[in-house]
Amino acid sequence: MIDFEPKAGPFAHTSNSSSRIMYTVVLTLLPAALMGIYQFGLASLQTLLVCCVMAVVTEYICLKLMNRAANACLDGSALLTGLLLAMSLPATVPVWLAGFGSAFAIIVGKQIYGGLGQNLFNPAMLARVMLLICFPVEMTNWAVPTPIDFSGNQVAVPQGWLQFDGVTAATPLSGLNPEPVSLLSQFLGNAAGSLGETSALLILLGGLVLLYRRIIHWAIPLSFIAGLCVPAAIAYLFAPESFSSPLAQLLSGGAMLGAFYIATDLVTSPTSVRGQLIYGGACGALIWLIRSFGNYPEGVAFAVLIVNAASPLIDHYLRPSIFGSKSVMEKS
Amino acid sequence: MLNLLSRPFRGGIHPESYKTLTNGSGIDRFFWPRNVFLSLQLRNGALLTPLVKAGDSVKRGQLIAKGRNDMVAPLHAPVNGIVTGITPHFSSHPSKVKCDTIIIRANGDRRWGETHPQQNYLALSSDEIIARVRDAGIVGLGGAGFPTVAKIQFARKGGADTLVINGGECEPYLTCDDVAMQEYAPEVIAGVKLLMIASGTKKAIIGVEDNKPAALAQLKSAASEDDAIEVRAAPSIYPMGSERHLIKFLTGKEVPMGGHAGAIGVLVHNIATARAVYQAVRFQRPLVSRVITVSGKGIGSPRNVEVPVGTPVNEVLEYCGGVKESTSRLLFGGPMMGQVISSPYIPIDKTVGGILALTDDEVKTREQTECIRCGQCVRACPMGLMPFQMAAYARLSDFSKTEELGVNHCLSCGACSYVCPASLPLVQYFQFAKGSINANRLKAQRSATARALNEERAQRLEREAAAKAAAKAAKAAARKRPARATAQESEND
Repeated sequence: MIDFEPKAGPFAHTSNSSSRIMYTVVLTLLPAALMGIYQFGLASLQTLLVCCVMAVVTEYICLKLMNRAANACLDGSALLTGLLLAMSLPATVPVWLAGFGSAFAIIVGKQIYGGLGQNLFNPAMLARVMLLICFPVEMTNWAVPTPIDFSGNQVAVPQGWLQFDGVTAATPLSGLNPEPVSLLSQFLGNAAGSLGETSALLILLGGLVLLYRRIIHWAIPLSFIAGLCVPAAIAYLFAPESFSSPLAQLLSGGAMLGAFYIATDLVTSPTSVRGQLIYGGACGALIWLIRSFGNYPEGVAFAVLIVNAASPLIDHYLRPSIFGSKSVMEKS
Repeated sequence: MLNLLSRPFRGGIHPESYKTLTNGSGIDRFFWPRNVFLSLQLRNGALLTPLVKAGDSVKRGQLIAKGRNDMVAPLHAPVNGIVTGITPHFSSHPSKVKCDTIIIRANGDRRWGETHPQQNYLALSSDEIIARVRDAGIVGLGGAGFPTVAKIQFARKGGADTLVINGGECEPYLTCDDVAMQEYAPEVIAGVKLLMIASGTKKAIIGVEDNKPAALAQLKSAASEDDAIEVRAAPSIYPMGSERHLIKFLTGKEVPMGGHAGAIGVLVHNIATARAVYQAVRFQRPLVSRVITVSGKGIGSPRNVEVPVGTPVNEVLEYCGGVKESTSRLLFGGPMMGQVISSPYIPIDKTVGGILALTDDEVKTREQTECIRCGQCVRACPMGLMPFQMAAYARLSDFSKTEELGVNHCLSCGACSYVCPASLPLVQYFQFAKGSINANRLKAQRSATARALNEERAQRLEREAAAKAAAKAAKAAARKRPARATAQESEND
């Protein structure tokens, strides 16, 4: 049937769509999430499921209450929020807390602002910070990695893997560690920490896929890493005994997740390349400041939220220059 | 990063191209219409006066309608035949508005009415060339349809020094310029020389996207003798065919914001226009036909066809194997900036570069969702605008804010809509905003003029009243003075 109704072009489109972007991000996060399950056991699987289900269900209820198309809860954005939140939580977090955080992320972090695309702050990080401030004990109960043993003929499941409150340990960032954790184990994900943040390698691979698929732009991850590593390197150069090395900063905690998945959140980050460079750099630098001088061992969530607040301002002042505007300036 | 450095300009996209459907098959010159419909009103509203009436027999190339000045290109009969009437018929405007149209029933004779081949045409003076271009009714064949003669004269007055020939043809599907360059390269080069003489430009640069290797090779060999003409390959990136972006790539200069190419001494013409100039000067043949691309997955057999101007779409489609059941859109031009054909009986005009029959699968219409501020539109925009923000303000009808963000510099190239994952009709918002801004400006202008006139009137009335009062006073004084004078006289007595 030929449509003769006039309409403005273009009459071609990429096969890209918002939900496709969301689900691609979710898919690239899965390896790191699976690594978390492998490391921290059933408890982390439970946390992941609760967060994801709770996020989608809350989104559905909100959309229904606001008389919007309720099937939009399946566009992948709520699922992504739940997954990101779960990955930033300790594996041993109680079920009710995870569910509460997830619902908070959707309601306060997103729907209050008007839903998808309207929120000022990254919902997952907002929920994480809320939980960290309200429930500091539960939120810093880091489990020791107790991976399943696949070597030999039998699969050996250690006791810790099945327990919901694992043996607790300090993260490399807390400074209470009796023995330093090797960079390699941080890179591969054998260190204690949040559920999905531990394997820098898998997150990096996922991030590279996102870069390749042009879902995120190189500006934020690059400036984020530079913003974190440059001050870290300078400080480490002058006082190696009181500051950790830039590589350790990068590989520990949520830095990699932040660089590729959290700071690059499409909704809450600036859109122009110049703006993204400023934004990412500010994120990284703030993380280093919070980690080095703040009260909390981990700063990704705080830093991202603070810079989120500046994002509209950055978008307003760092617009790209309009084609031809420079030659006007040269003339006048 | 490297990708960014190698880009000829910021922004731009790589849409799926589909040029291979038609770029290797040359030009089909066998099509001949049964009837042609020549609208007497141009897109911009200018009217033409018909010089023929119903029942007249016309020869191919005969002048049949003319406008008031150089800004309205005259019309010539594209076929031999009989004028069957001058009645309202669809023009190529998508609104299905009808305007007076000369309808000619064609006979099978394809010969030109009169021919005046010109020997040694390169020795003609620029005034002579300009006169012939004017008489031939040539308009820009790239799509804008601006009269070529006006453009040349502006460039001459402005002292342009560079002629840029646009062979970008960055729209997906379209290959009419590509095949014209392949088959008519020497004529194109001759046309370029004539344009240089006419406009007084010292050098010419022909920019062709590098996805047309055959056309590039032909042009290069045709232009190899002339040092003043340079043929250059441009990277294939949409919208390379945009005048501003092609100039930026070829000369390194940016056309100033809100200005025209003339501001930096550049004159731009399309490849097909150059060939039309050659035909007009060498043979005094007016512009009565053009090569168009008939393509898309909905077309029975895609090809490039030379069609007389005024041929209705349905005749061309029929000639090219008809459209398939799966067709969902008929378009004039390419899929990025093309325009909907709102009826199959609409005739093509001089600006149409292609007819596309696109299937659903190519159009990919999807429901629009919420903007997720992903910034893809910002990075795709070749003009350095912020499409998602402009759209947000346009949606709120905050047109002054939209204007502040630069909506008037939008090319409507559609790169932002193409990449938008939320399928927002961004270009539609911008066109709406531009229309409203224009309308508001007109309204403001009108009310300002009205106010000024009103004020003037009030002042004039005041002046007149004052003058009247003064005259009255003077009269009264005059009446009194003689009386006083007589009184004084009597006193003196």
